[in-house]
Amino acid sequence: MVLKYMFGKNEDIPSGSAAVYFSFSSIVWFVMGTGLGSFNAARLAMPDFMVGIELLSFGHMRQVHVLAVIFGWISMAFGMAMMYITPLLGNTKLWSEKLGLWNCFFWNTGLSLGLTLIWIGIASGREYSDMIWPIDLWVAFLVFLPLGINVWMTIITRRTQGIYITNWFFGASTFMIWIVWLVGNLPEYWHLTGLTEAYLTWWNAHNTLGLWITPVAAAIAYYIIPKVTGNPLYSHRIGHLHFWAIVVFYSTPAAHHMMGTPLPEWLKSFASVEGVLILVPAIAFVSNILLTMQGKWYLFVENLEVRFTITGCLMAIPLNMQGGFQQTRSINWYIHGTGWIVAHAHLALLMFSSALEMAAVYLGLQTLMKRKLYSLTLGNLHYWLWLIGFCTYWISMTIAGLIQGAGKIYEVPYIDVVIAEHPYHVARWLGGTMVFMSTCIWLFNMWMTARKGTIVPAGRMAHELAYER
Amino acid sequence: MASFREYKIGTRMIGIALGSSMCITLIFPSFDIAASVSSEVGLDKQLTAGWGSGFMKDDPYMEGKEKPWKVLIRKNPKTGEPMEPQYVYVYPAGILLPNGVTHPDNLGKNVEELSIEQGKITEAKRADGTVFMISFSDKFKDFKGDPMGYIENATATKGWTPDDVMKNAADEDISHAGQGKAIWTREGCWWCHTLLPEQTQDWQAFGAPPMLGDFNGESPTAFGSDRKGPDLLHVGSRNSSREWMTLHFFNPRLVQPHSIMPRFDYLWGKVDANGQKIDFVKWRAEYMDYREGKRVLAPEVPLPAKDSEARMVIDFVLNLK
Repeated sequence: MVLKYMFGKNEDIPSGSAAVYFSFSSIVWFVMGTGLGSFNAARLAMPDFMVGIELLSFGHMRQVHVLAVIFGWISMAFGMAMMYITPLLGNTKLWSEKLGLWNCFFWNTGLSLGLTLIWIGIASGREYSDMIWPIDLWVAFLVFLPLGINVWMTIITRRTQGIYITNWFFGASTFMIWIVWLVGNLPEYWHLTGLTEAYLTWWNAHNTLGLWITPVAAAIAYYIIPKVTGNPLYSHRIGHLHFWAIVVFYSTPAAHHMMGTPLPEWLKSFASVEGVLILVPAIAFVSNILLTMQGKWYLFVENLEVRFTITGCLMAIPLNMQGGFQQTRSINWYIHGTGWIVAHAHLALLMFSSALEMAAVYLGLQTLMKRKLYSLTLGNLHYWLWLIGFCTYWISMTIAGLIQGAGKIYEVPYIDVVIAEHPYHVARWLGGTMVFMSTCIWLFNMWMTARKGTIVPAGRMAHELAYER
Repeated sequence: MASFREYKIGTRMIGIALGSSMCITLIFPSFDIAASVSSEVGLDKQLTAGWGSGFMKDDPYMEGKEKPWKVLIRKNPKTGEPMEPQYVYVYPAGILLPNGVTHPDNLGKNVEELSIEQGKITEAKRADGTVFMISFSDKFKDFKGDPMGYIENATATKGWTPDDVMKNAADEDISHAGQGKAIWTREGCWWCHTLLPEQTQDWQAFGAPPMLGDFNGESPTAFGSDRKGPDLLHVGSRNSSREWMTLHFFNPRLVQPHSIMPRFDYLWGKVDANGQKIDFVKWRAEYMDYREGKRVLAPEVPLPAKDSEARMVIDFVLNLK
């Protein structure tokens, strides 16, 4: 059916098709990405399990997991949110559903191709910019550019005079990620070498996280909470502060990923200061969203989308506290290159960002397909398995990281650190596997919603109906 | 579409904000980083690894193709007279030249001048094949006050050709570290082992942190990600045993029972150094017997063939001095 629309006329494509295609693609990537994660964790916890196969070794599979969850799950859920929310906020339709469908198609194929190559080992050797340059060009021109064009044209052809905060972020981030992607992959096109190459690699990684993964997730919360609670956003002004502070403070601290390298000291200090200042938009955002909930906190219990969103926003507090301070020289020397960083990364991507994307996909799919969620029980199971699995992951890796840090001070043979970490690696594997199970349950639930969910009458929102099962 | 004038101001402000941010974080540091002068370590690294170790057209499957050899010569390649052993870097005809040779400004002030004028690096042509070496000149001093190291094109200055060097070199003196770095990148060793002891606290355990000029011309730098194993930048100085490395790569738990490193037995290929086929299934079964206490000694690890990927990556690791 998707193929019929892809080759038909734009006017014939039902509204929301691109968003639905993006949603299911993103959930499938989530299942695959977390499955890969679970397998990788098993490799570290039980190294002699399934030996001898080059393709299944950790070194080959580690980055397939990372890029599948970042560019498959999170980024495609972003695509879904943009296809769904941007037109609604402008009181209009998506500028081109057809472009959206093709965008999603090239996204799925390009990412699959890029990840297959990385799995085989054909990579650039640079973290986050691993994909080889032909795939980089594919992603730049067939993934990010069409997405940006669709979002910008939808905003430009809106029927409201104002542009709401969510759309500022969507527009700005689609523009910024395009620039970051092209500039960050320059070491490959221009064959840059040495510290320049290392620094640009981390500039790319940092800015992908800071100007794409973080703000777009936050933008989703700005839509969901006012929409579902019915409350107006607590403060437009704080929204301004959040937006500008992200652009200025989050685009500058790239060097904080390389504090132990011979980068210029002034650059590291500059990065550190800017990094602490990231707490400004973080606190602005969290306070704005939580204050918008006034009088409607019962929805945290009663409504899945609000529950996911607020869980994510609450966890943004430890996330940004960690992030702001762990990148100062005084703390970075201890936790750099340890499991603490892995825990922090998952707090950001699996907890904060994913929570918001899950809320967006839950809300969006139900609204666009006009079907009520098939099963609240499965939805609750998804939430709790994800939360408990993630917390197990986070706590175990944080402890492992602190142990590794201690290993830096006490001159113990490195193997003692590895031995000490083992129980935490096992715990992490268990937690991650719980998350994988939750994503499988979610895929099933959304598929059943599409097939057998109760039809939502015209003019009503899904959350106005009672949950079933 | 009439809209608030704030949006026009806002879009311009985004441009200014992002532009200034990129200027401060990308353009300003580039002057400092570009001014770095390649140290002797940096020269050795780039000459050993060659043009690049990641995906490249000449080596799309990252098997170590089109990479130079680092050879320890004990006799003069032209005359055959014995000489003080020294390392040379052999670039056979057709393979890409290192970045410092094709873009000498990568080398930094003074080193660039010496390499061009005394080293004659600009006379090196990819199609002809070149032998490089690191020489020292009293004309300039490095930051420690020692004679400055520079790249010398020994084919132009001494007439040594790649064929001269390779026909007299014993296999033990030929290091495949350049090929090995491609394997290192492909197999993802850098996801667990960093190549960057840190300035604050790693001196004792892992050796001296790298200095600014140590990376010029290296691609990719492969600092590593988060550490799940020890840093390896100076591992060749701590552990120079080829036997230990061979056992460790085949199955890390042979020499380090609690290691979580994956096995790299598949890098041995199909045959060992004597041309015998390797029976992996039998080895694994015997190893499990040993683990369960049914065998006293672990099964013997086959010696890697001279052209195997295992040999290349072991050469790379042992070269990390």
